[in-house]
Amino acid sequence: MKQGSRFWAWLVFGVGTTYFVLPLLATFEFSLRKRRGEYSFDAYRSVFGDPNFQATFTYSVVVAIFTILLGVLLVVPTAYWIRLRLPHLRPVVEFITLLPLVIPAIVIVFGYIRMFGSNSALPFLATARGADALLVIGYAVLALPYMYRAVDTGLRTIDVRTLTEAAQILGAGWTTIIARIILPNVLIAVLSGAFLSFAIVIGEFTMASLLNRPAFGPYLQNIGANTAYEPSALALISFAITWGCMSLIQILSRFAPRSANRPN
Amino acid sequence: MAEPFLSIQQVRKAFGATTVVQDFNLDVEPGEFVSFLGPSGCGKTTVLRMVAGFEEPSAGKIVVTGKDITRLKPNQRNVGMVFQAYALFPNLTVAQNIGFGLKVAGMPKADADRRVAEMLDLIKLPQMGDRYPYQLSGGQQQRIALARAIAPKPKLLLLDEPLSALDAKVRVSLREEIRSIQKKLGITTVFVTHDQEEALSISDRIAVMYGGKAEQVGTPFEIYNRPATKFVANFVGTLNVFEGTVTDAASGKVRVNSQEVSLQGKLNGSKSGDTLSLALRPEAISLGRHPGRDASLSGEITEVHFLGSVIRVRVGIGGSTVSLDTFNSPASPPPAVGEKAEISFSSGDMLVLH
Ligand SMILES: Nc1ncnc2c1ncn2[C@@H]1O[C@H](COP(=O)(O)OP(=O)(O)O)[C@@H](O)[C@H]1O
Ligand SMILES: [Mg+2]
Repeated sequence: MKQGSRFWAWLVFGVGTTYFVLPLLATFEFSLRKRRGEYSFDAYRSVFGDPNFQATFTYSVVVAIFTILLGVLLVVPTAYWIRLRLPHLRPVVEFITLLPLVIPAIVIVFGYIRMFGSNSALPFLATARGADALLVIGYAVLALPYMYRAVDTGLRTIDVRTLTEAAQILGAGWTTIIARIILPNVLIAVLSGAFLSFAIVIGEFTMASLLNRPAFGPYLQNIGANTAYEPSALALISFAITWGCMSLIQILSRFAPRSANRPN
Repeated sequence: MAEPFLSIQQVRKAFGATTVVQDFNLDVEPGEFVSFLGPSGCGKTTVLRMVAGFEEPSAGKIVVTGKDITRLKPNQRNVGMVFQAYALFPNLTVAQNIGFGLKVAGMPKADADRRVAEMLDLIKLPQMGDRYPYQLSGGQQQRIALARAIAPKPKLLLLDEPLSALDAKVRVSLREEIRSIQKKLGITTVFVTHDQEEALSISDRIAVMYGGKAEQVGTPFEIYNRPATKFVANFVGTLNVFEGTVTDAASGKVRVNSQEVSLQGKLNGSKSGDTLSLALRPEAISLGRHPGRDASLSGEITEVHFLGSVIRVRVGIGGSTVSLDTFNSPASPPPAVGEKAEISFSSGDMLVLH
């Protein structure tokens, strides 16, 4: 009987792995076929050699970093304050943070274009820097559901109120409390929120395209529409980046405080 | 007389429509160790949190060394506090926890390190500086919380049931340690507990609280031997309560279970025919007649509990049961259930509860 259950376990594992790995292998195999009649890394060479690849990718990474910073600055104090002082508002805030999942990005971006156009009171779109800032803000909104949930879950693992009071009575002000006590204790949660934000920003198309920003998402779309082998190479590169992020988080979380793992 | 160090004056606290603390008055002398003792929910924590600045009184004043601090923020009060749930910062090492207040105050690192080492010695955990809180036992964590609270040399130390999460043995040794450190540093301390033995054993004075009020403030000796109210008498220590009827108010005669005792001068204006609640501590009662004990009642032994050095005996007298303690003596066997017994006591030890 033991033998049997082990067989089924391996079978399920095998089917799952095949389902996951086979398309990757197929894509990989296809991406190597750029040169007729033999396998080569030509597609990768052409992707990495494309100055547009480098420019758009760098642009999106920078935007992602700013998005994460904005998200952390916005979400950590908010989630903290809600837990500390306004716990009855939590359902409301949770609902608000879920809205970006329900409202399509295209609606948000059209709203932005109307609100912040060149002739508006706040003409974000009048300059390129302004448009970049608006993109970062838009991405922070898109990442909000993930960031808020991650941080809120992190806060649940510590006794926010007592730790705050313990720090206060020792003379600490709000900045010290958030920077030295709250943030370090929810670091793993913030990191996973950051990772999700990064993943969203790197591939995002709608906002970047409609705000006419030179981001990686529109570049991917453009390559996909105009070449044959490079999109497969790009897909695998994106995949590798995502996996790289995940392992990085795993490694970083080893150095994070052990607080959340405390048994009682 | 010197002015009090901490003065809580006519403090009241209401949450919405419910008043949880009222008419609270207390003066604490410099270097004094005062306990708030009372059942759960009686407002002890609320008073302490008002002294710490976490709650604002609805009325009244809190004065420290002549300065009104009622509206001061917690981080401006220079008060140390130890919480029931330890509340160590999980992301900081023991040394960083203890040094937190020093760092916030901007003390130079070398001085802070020296102070932290001093504190670790004081709580007898000199090797623990580099550990994280999760690597320590509850008792160790609470000692570190104490060290963290006193490291910045606060004017006042507040402890909110700091021992209630610990097991019995640690609880007793740590309370003695807290008291000895407090005496050594001479720091004025307010200690909250619902455990009467704890309060009796370590306090200079106790404020017994009930329903948001201080029922009685006094030394442990006064609280135990001269409880001012029925509540205090019942809450602190074990008590045998009898119903008595005043038969002759002028000479202080009271009838208890058809036997008469004399309570001259204790009746406090009761009239003949009044019913009184009378109480005796177990240690004020002896089995059998003894010289110097002027009152006695007779009944039958209903229970015997051998506790080692003492034997707790329950004697049924009429409708009520009396607990008393006798010392174990290896030469004579303990009393047996069902024996007739006479108990005696000094009528002066009898408490009349109001
Ligand atoms: N923030 C609050 N809001 C409403 N009621 C409270 C609050 N804090 C305490 N109380 C109430 O005040 C009463 C006294 O509480 P507390 O001071 O914690 O008692 P104790 O420490 O003696 O157990 C309790 O009935 C409690 O429910
Ligand atoms: Mg309490």
